Amino acid sequence: MTPLLEIRGLDVEFATDEGVVSAVDGIDLGVGRGEVLGLVGESGSGKSVTALAVFRLIRPPGRIVRGTIRFEGRDLLLLPEDEMRRVRGAQISMVFQSPRTALNPLLPVGRQIARLYALHQGCAPAEARRRTLEMLGLVGIPEPERRARQYAHQLSGGTCQRVMIAMALATSPRLLIADEPTTGLDVSIAAQILDLLRDLGPRTGASIVLITHDLAVVAGLCDRVAVMHAGQLVECADVRTLFREPAHPYTRALVRSIPRVDREATMEPVPGAVPSLLAAPPGCRYAERCPEVLDTCRRTRPAPIALGPRHEVACHAVEAARAAAPRR
Amino acid sequence: MSTLASGSAEGVAGRRGRAAVAWRRLSRNSLSLAALAAILLIIVLALAAPLVAPWDPDAPSAEDVLQAPGWHHWLGTDIYGRDQLSRIVWAARVDLLVALAATAMALTAGCVLGALAGYRGGLVDQAVMRAVDTIMAFPAFILAMGITAAAGNATANVVLAIAITHVPIYTRLIRSEMLRVREMEYAEAARTVGNPQRRIIFYHLLPNCFPPVIVQATLAMGFAILTVAALSFIGLGIQPPQSEWGAMTAEGASYIVSGEWWIFLFPGLAIMVTVLAFNLVGDTLRDLLDPRMRGVV
Repeated sequence: MTPLLEIRGLDVEFATDEGVVSAVDGIDLGVGRGEVLGLVGESGSGKSVTALAVFRLIRPPGRIVRGTIRFEGRDLLLLPEDEMRRVRGAQISMVFQSPRTALNPLLPVGRQIARLYALHQGCAPAEARRRTLEMLGLVGIPEPERRARQYAHQLSGGTCQRVMIAMALATSPRLLIADEPTTGLDVSIAAQILDLLRDLGPRTGASIVLITHDLAVVAGLCDRVAVMHAGQLVECADVRTLFREPAHPYTRALVRSIPRVDREATMEPVPGAVPSLLAAPPGCRYAERCPEVLDTCRRTRPAPIALGPRHEVACHAVEAARAAAPRR
Repeated sequence: MSTLASGSAEGVAGRRGRAAVAWRRLSRNSLSLAALAAILLIIVLALAAPLVAPWDPDAPSAEDVLQAPGWHHWLGTDIYGRDQLSRIVWAARVDLLVALAATAMALTAGCVLGALAGYRGGLVDQAVMRAVDTIMAFPAFILAMGITAAAGNATANVVLAIAITHVPIYTRLIRSEMLRVREMEYAEAARTVGNPQRRIIFYHLLPNCFPPVIVQATLAMGFAILTVAALSFIGLGIQPPQSEWGAMTAEGASYIVSGEWWIFLFPGLAIMVTVLAFNLVGDTLRDLLDPRMRGVV
């Protein structure tokens, strides 16, 4: 079966006064039906830009330079704008990082959800309202009638995020992209929101792409993980493999950077900082931070190699090690 | 559950609290309170002119010519023996209506142009802003004079002239607000759910640009009234026999030397009080809506 979403060779660039910033560089990524994919990386690694590219909402000075984004067999980058608009919200939807600022401060939250039923399903106001209340109940908001009439500033952060999720799932999309959905929330509310996503994803049949920098969130929710660094995809594996046998030096550093209380191991931050993406060098962008860097790393970009059935990594050092000991 | 409920209760209290804070700050400032009262009074007088005005504003009376303020004519009469008080009250209708219509027109045009320029950017922005710059290259009053002189000074042309001179203010203000608002996360959210661009601009984003515009519109109302009066004063605005503050002041100006001071003084005062009141209320609104003042209780 073909994957629901298949990104091939996606390049996104931003034109700035200092030059062209390559924010996403040749990403290949697939999302299967019903799958929960974690997209992990530091700030500025291109996770959110990748998500916006799927919506084709990269605004100037940014632009999608090349690549294909196939969704349900159609290349989204080739769709006319009005057809693309029917994909947004109806088939692909998004949950944002700060729920309070992602809701329009001047519209009651119920109206914002009801609007989607009118827009994408042609519902009459009464029907849209009925479905809105049903949806608010589904995401666990008590007293949906009262909440629907309220404004974002009258709701708590957790309730706002539930409203966002109700909005994102309202039209039963095939794909839900959640961009750091729990970052602005405190731990207990964040856990509730993650439970909600875990519960509602399979129930509505939507695939989920969870963008986060928090590996603990990934471990609890995702089937598969893709690791991004400085606009490049460095490793992709199912969640167990990634935590047990991280192959790429960056992934290993990330896994080591998770704070642990059950072991003596001290937490090690990933050394160095995300490199400037302005006039980025041709090779691997992790080369300058990498303890296992080889000469080729700075010259040529590593191609992804398969380590297992669902495990791919793009690293010259791993490739070299495998060539030296092919049995392992 | 309880955390959610208490969170919203705080929200409601916060909202009421903000209104209470706004009212407390307003009532502490007796000057702005007086200004607000003055505007309301003028509006009520204008609306109730037929009931309030003691005499027919346009009926000349040979035996009442040039009477000083007194028991029968509180504010005196002009050279045709028309009651000044009645004329000032009826003139409030004209001045307020022309200023309001001009402000509404300029605001509407400014919202559409500014919102498109700010949201779309690029060529649309360039075209709109250069057109606006062209209007601003003329001194506002000279431009208004030119338009009424060229188009003929019907009331509709006075409204149009003032509206055109005010469009740049709103366009630039809305554009700058739109540049800020279009980067907000709720703008991104409105885009990701597939709203058409027109709806994003005018339904989702434009209302969020309004707070500074409300302030500007209040201040501009005062300025519009001043412009109507000034145009009428030089004979390019509202035409006699229609009573209008500026035109009345002009008529009275020639009688200052001969001692009939009341003819120009009272309409002049009406202009001054009205414009001052709108400016004071505008300033107060600015303070109340200033985001930097919001946290201050």
